[in-house]
Amino acid sequence: MNAPIPNSFRNQPDAQGHFGQFGGRYVAETLMPLILDLEAEYRKAKADPAFHAEFDDLLEHYVGRPSPLYFAPRLTEELGGAQVWFKRDELNHTGAHKINNCIGQILLAIRMGKTRIIAETGAGQHGVATATVCARFGLPCTIFMGATDVARQQPNVFRMKLLGAEVVPVTAGAATLKDAMNEALRDWVANVHNTFYIIGTAAGPHPYPELVRDFQSVIGKEARAQMLSRVGRLPDLLVAAIGGGSNAIGLFHPFLDDPSVKMMGVEAAGHGLDFAHAASLAGGRPGVLHGNKTYLLQDEDGQILEGHSISAGLDYPGIGPEHAWLKETGRVQYTSVTDTEALDGFQLLCRTEGIIPALEPAHAIAAVKKIAPTMDKDAIILANLCGRGDKDIFSVAEHLGVKL
Amino acid sequence: MTQRLQSAFAKGHPALVCFVTAGDPTPAATPAILDALVEGGADVIELGMPFTDPMADGPAIQRANLRSLAAGTRTADILQMAADFRARHPQVPLVLMGYANPMITRGPEWFAAEAAKAGVDGVICVDIPPEEDGELGPALRAAGISPIRLATPTTDAARLPAVLDGSSGFLYYVSVAGITGKQSAALASIEEAVTRIKQTATIPVAVGFGVRTPEQAGPIACVADGVVVGSALIDIIAEHGENAAGPVRELVTALAHAVHNARKVEA
Repeated sequence: MNAPIPNSFRNQPDAQGHFGQFGGRYVAETLMPLILDLEAEYRKAKADPAFHAEFDDLLEHYVGRPSPLYFAPRLTEELGGAQVWFKRDELNHTGAHKINNCIGQILLAIRMGKTRIIAETGAGQHGVATATVCARFGLPCTIFMGATDVARQQPNVFRMKLLGAEVVPVTAGAATLKDAMNEALRDWVANVHNTFYIIGTAAGPHPYPELVRDFQSVIGKEARAQMLSRVGRLPDLLVAAIGGGSNAIGLFHPFLDDPSVKMMGVEAAGHGLDFAHAASLAGGRPGVLHGNKTYLLQDEDGQILEGHSISAGLDYPGIGPEHAWLKETGRVQYTSVTDTEALDGFQLLCRTEGIIPALEPAHAIAAVKKIAPTMDKDAIILANLCGRGDKDIFSVAEHLGVKL
Repeated sequence: MTQRLQSAFAKGHPALVCFVTAGDPTPAATPAILDALVEGGADVIELGMPFTDPMADGPAIQRANLRSLAAGTRTADILQMAADFRARHPQVPLVLMGYANPMITRGPEWFAAEAAKAGVDGVICVDIPPEEDGELGPALRAAGISPIRLATPTTDAARLPAVLDGSSGFLYYVSVAGITGKQSAALASIEEAVTRIKQTATIPVAVGFGVRTPEQAGPIACVADGVVVGSALIDIIAEHGENAAGPVRELVTALAHAVHNARKVEA
C-alpha cells in the first residue's frame, strides 16, 4: 500500500532525520553527541556561501565537473525504442560518482577540526575516493574493507595504498561491505574525539543520508540543466543502479517534483530473487541496521542476511532510507536485474558505444535494455553511468571464462 | 520498575551485574551458566541477545554472538531461557541486552509482551538512543519492563536528562568511549563521571566496559551502585565451552566478594 502523496518529494527528511517511517538515528549513545554536532555543522555549512564556493571549485577543477551528458546513438539504434542518454559520471577523477560526496564530507571534517578520516568500502571505489581526498588535504586515512572484497578488488586496494591510506581487511561475518561498516563504526566509537567517518552511500544515521544526497545531487542538477539546454525538455525516465543508492538519489532528487519524469532504481538480483541476491526492496522488509531504519535482507528473527551480487559495490543487505520512502510513496519504481543480465549489459555498452562501464551501472544498462524497446522512439531515457569498468575487468573475465 | 530490580540495588551493598550471551556456546549450555552466575553471587543478570551485526562490541562478544547464532539460537529460544530462568530463580532480576532489529522485527509490542511473559525485568537496547525511544520504549513501559539506557563519557550534562527521561531500573554508565572488552577507564575519571551523573540521576548507576577482575571491580563499587562484567565471562565461556559453568562460578564468586564488600574495607 502506498503512503499518502506529499506536496513535495524534495523536503525530506524531517527535523529528526526521518523519511516517513525510515531513516533516523539508531546509534550507540557514544556516537549520539557527535552525530548531533555533525548535523549542526552541516546546517551551518549549508548556509555558508564560502563552503559552497569551495565545494564547487573542487568539483570543477579537481574532479572535472560538469560531467558530460551523452546521447548513445548505436545503443539506441540496437534497442530500437527510446533514445538512450547517459550522465557520464564515470569520467570523474577516480572513475566514479563517489568522489562528489567525499569532497563534501572532507570539507565538513576540516570545518569540524577533525584530524583523522575513516571510511568503509565494498568495491573499493569509495575507499579510493576517500583516500584521494585525504591525500589532497593531507589527512591520515584508514579504510575498512571486507577481506573477501580485498581479495576480489586488488587493483583498488593497491590504489588506496598508493594514495597513502591504511587498508584494514575485516574478517568478521562474510567479510564484505556490511562487516566493513560494522568495523568502521567500532573504530569511530573509540576515536570520536578526532575522527570523521566519511560514509560512502546515502545511508547510516541522520544526517548522513541527507548530506550524501545533497553532495551527490550535483549529478541530477547538472543533468537537468544539460537536458533542458540540449533537447529543450526533461527526460521521460531516469534509470540508476542501487546498492546503498547514492548515485541514484543524486540523479533522482533534483527531478522528484517534475511529475512527467518517471524514475527507476535497479537493485542487484544476484543469482535471482529466489536465490542469493542483494535486492533489499524486492526481497527485504523494514528494520534497523547501521544507524537507520530501512529495507533490509533479514530472517524472521531480524538477523541480517548476506547480500550477493557480482558487483561488490551493490553487495549490501540494506538501502538508503530515502529510497525506502520513495518506494512506499510510489514516486520511484524499483526493479532488479541478475548477475547474468548485468554481464550482458556490460558487454552491450562496450560493443555499441566504446565505453567500459563498471558492474554497478551495468545493472542500469541491463534495465534500459529491457525497457527502451517498449517505449516510443521520441521518448528519452537518461541513465547514470556512475563508474567506469577498469576495476571490474578481472572479475568479468573470470565470469566469462577468460584467463588473463 | 520491577520490584526485583529495585531490590537488587537495595541490599545494603553495591550490586554485581553479569553479562553473558544467550546460546553461547549452545542454547543447551546457557541455563547452567546462568545458574553459575546466581550461585557466584551476581545480583543482576544481563542476557545478551545475539545479533549478526554487533556494532558496539569488541572481538570477544562478537565471537560469542557468532557462536550462538551458529549453534542455531533463535529469539524463541532466548525467551524460553528467560522463562526457565524465572521459574528457577523467582527473585533474581533478569535483563535482556542487545540490538534493535531482533527486538522490533515482529513489532515492539510483541517483544515487550513476550519478554514480560518470560519474567524479564529490563531491556537494554544498544542502538536505540532517547531520540528514537518511540521505537521500543513505550511498548516496554506499557508492559512493565524497565528500559535501561546507556550513558557514556560523551554524554554531557546538557544531554543527561534526556538519557534519564523514560529510563528506569538503573543507568548503565559505559566508562570508555569505545567497544566492549577493549580498554579500561582510569578510576579517577569513573569517579568524576559517576559523581556528576548522580547529581541528576534518581536511579542507581552501574558502571561497565573494561571491568575484568575483582581488583578492578572493587574500587569501582566504592563509587558506583553497581559494576557490570561481561567480556571476562565471555572469554571463560570461549575457553571452556560446554564446561564453562564451573570456571564462570569461580570468577563471579571472586567478583561478588570484591563488589559486595568494597565499602566495608575501611569500616
